Amino acid sequence: MFARHRAVILKLCSALLVFGAWEIAGRIPVSFAFPTFIESLAAFWALIVDGTMFTAYVETLRPLVVGVLISAFLGIGIGLWTGLSRAFDWLVSPIFVVMQTAPLAALIPLLVMVYGIGLTSKVFVVCIMAMPVIVLNTAGAVRNTPAALIEMGNAFLGTRRDIILKIILPSASPIIFAGLRLGVSAGFIGAILAELKITPTGVGDIISYSRSIADYPSMYAAIASIIVLAVLFLNLLERLEGFLFMGTRKTLVSD
Amino acid sequence: MKIFGYQLPNMSSLILWGLLWEFVGQIELTFFLPPLSAIFATLWEIGGTPAFLKALRETAQAFAIGTTSAIVIGVPVGILMGKNRLIDELLLPWVNIFLSAPLTALVPVLMVLFGFGLKAIVITTALFAVWIIVLNTRAGVMQINRSLIEMARSFGASPFDAFTKIYFWAALPEILGGVRIGFIRGVKGVIIGQLLISIVGFGALFELYASNFLMKHFWAVLLVLFALSFLIAEFLAWLERKVEYYAASRN
Amino acid sequence: MDTTITENAVAVRNVYKNYGDVEALRDLSLDFPKGQLTSLLGPSGCGKTTLLKIIAGLLPADSGEVLVNGKPVTGPGPDRAFVFQDFALMPWASTIRNVAFGLELRGVAKSEREAVAEKYIAAVGLTGFENSYPHELSGGMRQRVGLARALSVNAEVLLMDEPFSAVDEQTRRKFQEDLLGLVQNENKTFLFVTHSIEEAVYVSNQVAILLPRPSRVSEIIRPRGFRNKDVDSIRRDPEYLDLVDKIWASLKSYVE
Repeated sequence: MFARHRAVILKLCSALLVFGAWEIAGRIPVSFAFPTFIESLAAFWALIVDGTMFTAYVETLRPLVVGVLISAFLGIGIGLWTGLSRAFDWLVSPIFVVMQTAPLAALIPLLVMVYGIGLTSKVFVVCIMAMPVIVLNTAGAVRNTPAALIEMGNAFLGTRRDIILKIILPSASPIIFAGLRLGVSAGFIGAILAELKITPTGVGDIISYSRSIADYPSMYAAIASIIVLAVLFLNLLERLEGFLFMGTRKTLVSD
Repeated sequence: MKIFGYQLPNMSSLILWGLLWEFVGQIELTFFLPPLSAIFATLWEIGGTPAFLKALRETAQAFAIGTTSAIVIGVPVGILMGKNRLIDELLLPWVNIFLSAPLTALVPVLMVLFGFGLKAIVITTALFAVWIIVLNTRAGVMQINRSLIEMARSFGASPFDAFTKIYFWAALPEILGGVRIGFIRGVKGVIIGQLLISIVGFGALFELYASNFLMKHFWAVLLVLFALSFLIAEFLAWLERKVEYYAASRN
Repeated sequence: MDTTITENAVAVRNVYKNYGDVEALRDLSLDFPKGQLTSLLGPSGCGKTTLLKIIAGLLPADSGEVLVNGKPVTGPGPDRAFVFQDFALMPWASTIRNVAFGLELRGVAKSEREAVAEKYIAAVGLTGFENSYPHELSGGMRQRVGLARALSVNAEVLLMDEPFSAVDEQTRRKFQEDLLGLVQNENKTFLFVTHSIEEAVYVSNQVAILLPRPSRVSEIIRPRGFRNKDVDSIRRDPEYLDLVDKIWASLKSYVE
């Protein structure tokens, strides 16, 4: 009985332990700004019931979705080209390598100066966060297509077009997809950062507003909700990835 | 990339981009992109000023404390998780959650809990860096070649010997890989922390430059930050390559 | 049947071993005469490696006992040394440190253990590679390091787990010839796991054929006529050829 449900039971224990610790820490309390788990849960429920949470997420997810879509199209396009052409690789790879390691968040004040405080700036923030990881993984996946497969294509007289469409792309797609997932993950960071730094809208607004009126349970509820949403969505993508590319070689994607 | 049979160095295209930047700056296409030469000149000017040095020092301090604590906490926890199934099953879900969670959302909480200062930024940095270090260390420990462990046992290694002479070294490539990504995340964390708290380190400088439209100053600071983070990442990647062959005997 | 009375270096008595519901070894008993090479031969999954690891003390038996020189095995001990299929070399250590590692764990002083290691590095023909790292050596050379490491602790029993299966065919033949020399000169007892019929017959004083699920000793074969002949003529010896054929006939039905 225990052995069979061990994984589930331990997950529940683990959740119970952490939430229990949160509850106790909130009751002591460790800080005036540390509500209990139950208070936060109640605040979360209140935000759901009065619809605040729903309208906030529509607002928050808009730059995220737009930004991720743009990054996906541009990123995969640039990545494919980079992986296929040595000259283009030489030209653009260094930019994305630097972007990957750089704290791009520092560009936000600049973006605000150029594009103002509207949706454009926020979409931009999401894009610069999400794009490098998509480009680099796509390029890497294309470049690392097993040489034997390409030789096989050549041996059976495949044209360059055939080889790209029927060998390189399918063989690279698991890693491209994984790169997209990491891009979405970075996009979430960008979207929240934009709302906290540029203008408080959506979930960022709930966080900032409830902090300013010292309604800490609502603040914690909003923060937990965005983290849970991001984790659930990324988990879903990971499962989809496992389902779509079952049995293909597992290669580590770079973060 | 080869030109006339000469292999161009890896990052050399950045020079080309720099020249393009200079050109765009000179023809004054947009006010927010001043010529690169002007930015370097500004950097030379502000490089020695107390305000810049103070920001750099505060950032370096927060980064150093944050990442060091991430290693000090992350590596032992990762080893424990790799060696003990119960601990692993209890902690792994949370490590995975925090690994992919947008931790930026936690910064406001850290601000109200730990104040608008160094402490909150250090914790932000550590939070950004620690999870990948835990996960990589765990993976490194779990991937240790079984027969290497059996070899140590068959020659009568004590647990202490097995740990210091086998486990640590065998997991080192993964640990270093985790530390490298952790440091890159830490750089992002320290800057995000400063941006949101914005009265310490470069956060304060950005605020000052942005409100006065000091483009050249802004870019000068950005270039320094980007260059530093790139150097840190490259140094750690070099270190990682040096121990790469430690993992060579894995199946 | 063999009537020669020889002292046994290792004796396995009624050993049982289960992995969960899977019965790996059932009531297995087997003797390993001193100074000789005994092969454990059988199809994959017949538990030959399990048996070797139980003798090494790396795995506990569920019941039954293993005696090494009359003393029951409770864990790894200095009287046995293991040679691993995948060499189990430390990639971060040079040849000399790898070879001396067994002695290092026993607390032998550095200069002393390196002198011993040096001797065995020369014995396996790796002089000049003392400061090379495993990734700089070929597969065959790596296994020579593994062999030198096992020899340098001067154990009476050498446990070899498919030691030549990860090296190429020509190197393998060379190893087999060298092994014959080693058995003759070193006065140690060798336990040798293999899945190659030719290899087992070629190198062994006695071949124990194990059959799978659960593993049991089905037959013990002692090649005799060609054992003292020149290594180059063994593969043409009629007895060698007959034995190989005979073993294949009895194992054939177990191959999926």
